[in-house]
Amino acid sequence: MSWIVHNLWLVAALPFAAGGVISVMKQRQRTLAAGLAVGSMALSFVLALMAFVQVLTSHGEATRQFSNFAWFQFGAEWVRLGWLLDPLTAVMLVMVTFVGLLIFIYSIGYMAEDENFKRFFCFLALFAGAMLGVLIANNLLLLFMCWEIVGLTSYLLIGFWYEKPSAAAAAKKAFIVTRIGDLGLFLGMAWLYAQTGTLLFYDAGRGCLEANALTTLAMHTTVFGLTLSSAIGILIFCGSAGKSGQVPLHVWLPDAMEGPTPVSALIHAATMVAAGVFLLARVYPLLSAGVTHGMTTTVALQVVTWVGAITALFGALVAVAQWDIKRILAYSTMSQLGYMMIGLGTGGVSVGMFHLITHAFFKALLFLGAGSVIHGCHGEQDIRFMGGLRKAMPVTFAAYSCGMLALCGVPLFSGFWSKDEILHSAFVWNLSRGPFYIGAIGALLTAFYMTRQMIYVYAGTTRLAAESTHGEHGHSGAHESPKVMTVPLLILAVPAVVLGFFGTPVWPWFQSFLEGDTANVSFGALGGAFPLMIVSSLIVFVGLGLGWLLYGRKLIVDVGALDRIESAQPGLFHLLSGAFYINELYAATVVRFTLVAASVSAWLDRWIFGGVVRAISTIFVLFAKVDSFADTHVVNRGFDAGCGSVSYGGSFLSKLQAGKVQRYLKFVGVALFVAVALLFWGGKA
Amino acid sequence: MSLFFLITAAIAIGGTLAAMTRRNPIHCILSLALGLVGVAGVYLALGAQFVGFTQILVYVGAVAILATFALMMTQGHIVSALIEPRRAFSRSSVSGFVTAAGVFSVLGWAAQSYRPLTPSTQQAPAAGAKEVGVALMHTYVLPLEVIGVLLTAALIGAVVIALPSEEERS
Amino acid sequence: MTPLNLFLLLSALLFSIGLAGALTRRNAILVLIGIELMLNAANINLIAFWRFGPNPEALTGVMFAIFSISVAAAEAAVGLAIILAVYRHNKTTNLNQIDTLKG
Repeated sequence: MSWIVHNLWLVAALPFAAGGVISVMKQRQRTLAAGLAVGSMALSFVLALMAFVQVLTSHGEATRQFSNFAWFQFGAEWVRLGWLLDPLTAVMLVMVTFVGLLIFIYSIGYMAEDENFKRFFCFLALFAGAMLGVLIANNLLLLFMCWEIVGLTSYLLIGFWYEKPSAAAAAKKAFIVTRIGDLGLFLGMAWLYAQTGTLLFYDAGRGCLEANALTTLAMHTTVFGLTLSSAIGILIFCGSAGKSGQVPLHVWLPDAMEGPTPVSALIHAATMVAAGVFLLARVYPLLSAGVTHGMTTTVALQVVTWVGAITALFGALVAVAQWDIKRILAYSTMSQLGYMMIGLGTGGVSVGMFHLITHAFFKALLFLGAGSVIHGCHGEQDIRFMGGLRKAMPVTFAAYSCGMLALCGVPLFSGFWSKDEILHSAFVWNLSRGPFYIGAIGALLTAFYMTRQMIYVYAGTTRLAAESTHGEHGHSGAHESPKVMTVPLLILAVPAVVLGFFGTPVWPWFQSFLEGDTANVSFGALGGAFPLMIVSSLIVFVGLGLGWLLYGRKLIVDVGALDRIESAQPGLFHLLSGAFYINELYAATVVRFTLVAASVSAWLDRWIFGGVVRAISTIFVLFAKVDSFADTHVVNRGFDAGCGSVSYGGSFLSKLQAGKVQRYLKFVGVALFVAVALLFWGGKA
Repeated sequence: MSLFFLITAAIAIGGTLAAMTRRNPIHCILSLALGLVGVAGVYLALGAQFVGFTQILVYVGAVAILATFALMMTQGHIVSALIEPRRAFSRSSVSGFVTAAGVFSVLGWAAQSYRPLTPSTQQAPAAGAKEVGVALMHTYVLPLEVIGVLLTAALIGAVVIALPSEEERS
Repeated sequence: MTPLNLFLLLSALLFSIGLAGALTRRNAILVLIGIELMLNAANINLIAFWRFGPNPEALTGVMFAIFSISVAAAEAAVGLAIILAVYRHNKTTNLNQIDTLKG
């Protein structure tokens, strides 16, 4: 086993350590804080590259290596943890550290004027450490611990501007909603442990993702005819649905945009929300356990696929009718995560993961671009007040366009290859064509809403100065962002364009890498995928064209103008911009139920339990009255006589009593000293 | 001498030292929690798992939080009042340090003059939740009940003492 | 295995640190914390003697420590409640200014 496998923990430990050190620094040590965070991330990136090379140069069995150790003994059982290096981990490590590094650098510029700069970098570093911990964990328990730290830092960062009530509420919402999903994950974990007796993923044949455990899990059935593996898989999926913003646990993700934009880019677009997909990819052997020759899929995978499909459509629909530049991207993220779920459910790990990686780059790019736009427009987030930024911010515009084209899936850009692969695997799924059609509609909508956003933000003339209600900006007009922000944008634009070429049907290097094979160039594979590629490109161009037709032909000049859809179909538009009123539905059902239950409990406590206590106390008061009567008239008389003599002695002794408690304690200390010394001397003599 | 013992002892000593020397009481309580984790580690090093985890639950969890609450309810409204002024060594504090040093010297001397002892059994006897539970329910059932009564009394007593009296409330 | 002396020495050190804190700090809450530390030092002794003693299967030391922790918890609760009450009465927790016990 090589050095890097033994010391893989360093990748996660470095940012953790940096976060710890930053947390005890002074608030004004800004440069040092940022330097530490960026430095630790850069070191992690180097280590991640080393791990990647290690996996790249090994073959066959050696591509999956792990290092386990015993943590502590509990009863007769040893709890063992460990870390794992396989292609999945290696790819994710490189992606997270690279994107993370760029976003750390970008944050230096974005947060430059914030008073709590140091706190921000402390949380960011902590997040990076936990996220990398999720990636390298070889034990579901360790993964779960890091997973929860990731959730915590997400909470802290969404609520970073906690003086804003909406940010504080959004943070709380994100924390609670993801916790609901985590409950499922926790139950699944407990069940898995009860069934297999281990939570290690790989342990030389004894791990819970290895053949022995999987066969037993797939053999047994529980309620509703589910196999054990599917039931546990669905519970684990609850956790990843919470983290990845899948319907019905998606409500927190759009609200999470209250956080600083680098946070939205790092946590709520590129890495943390992808952790849900990563978790499913990690436990994929469990999800797909029991695939026999007759059936090509399992119940768990079907659940994943359908939830993903619903989310993909839902997110794309709602994104059409949003005004906030970040909210559009948030719903788009949701929708893309849905695509990853479809890919994972129908095509397996490599399909879902490929989209995850390409999406991480171009969505981080889009968010950082949005951040640059917001920065340039002095904090304005509403796209109705933007416009004409193409001339004011040329660098941002160029980078943003790359991201937008990749997201839409315009041919040759990275998003095209990964999304096409998902559509292809959904197309050949033998259970239903439903996910394929939903995915195709979603792709059309994606192209449409991104065109709408681009035209609103970049085309025409600026509407910034006109009647802005958020008018805290004294100087009008937008400006380009500083170098420290635009350079990461440009660096991110490169993979957003070219990354797709590592996973084309002709040269499926990425897919083979994940499966531990070597890739061959074969033009024959193109033939099978070619018709579908034509269809999906057509869909994208129809979407782009529709967007141009509605918004581009006649530009919007007036800030207060209605959206083109709004003037045609107001009801539909309001339904979409209200996100199908899911939030209101939850408020009317789940939240209200909780409140009612709480008030019922309070009533029970006050009147039933409290009544019992009061009755008992009354009885005791009665006793006490009888007692006090006896005391004053019988006992005291004799006592008073004795007191006279005692008080005489007391007044003599009271000279010692200064009333200082600590002096008394000191006497005790001296007495202890003398007593021990005497005792010991006596013993020696 | 095991490395684990060294680390936990270092945490315990460092944490408690900081708890007794920092000027900001909040820092004191936080360091105390750290030091008590170290003590729990020492228990684990001695093989007393249940006591170690109880230590973490009771001390690190409950007592530290209780102390924080007391601090907040007494001086919490004035942050500057929390931090004790830097002061020269007064006579009483010097005599306090001397007393503590004296106690340490005799205790340390007593401890050191034992000949190095090794445990009678190499493997620590099991002292997990199960064994402790069995012992509590058989041999030590009476003390357990007494402790229960004591804790109830302490709970009620604490509430009664902390409650504002009638004239203060009005 | 670590010899018994070291555990006793550690416990003596913790005890003295707690004592020093209890004697020199002026804040009543911190004095109480010092006393908690002294109790903890005693517990280390109990556990150490259990482990090194002749008859560890009986769990005597462990039991003693558990009961001692419970009593300490009760003590902390009551002690802090007393501090609260004293604070409400005197508007301070500085022990230098609380000397109504004076004879």
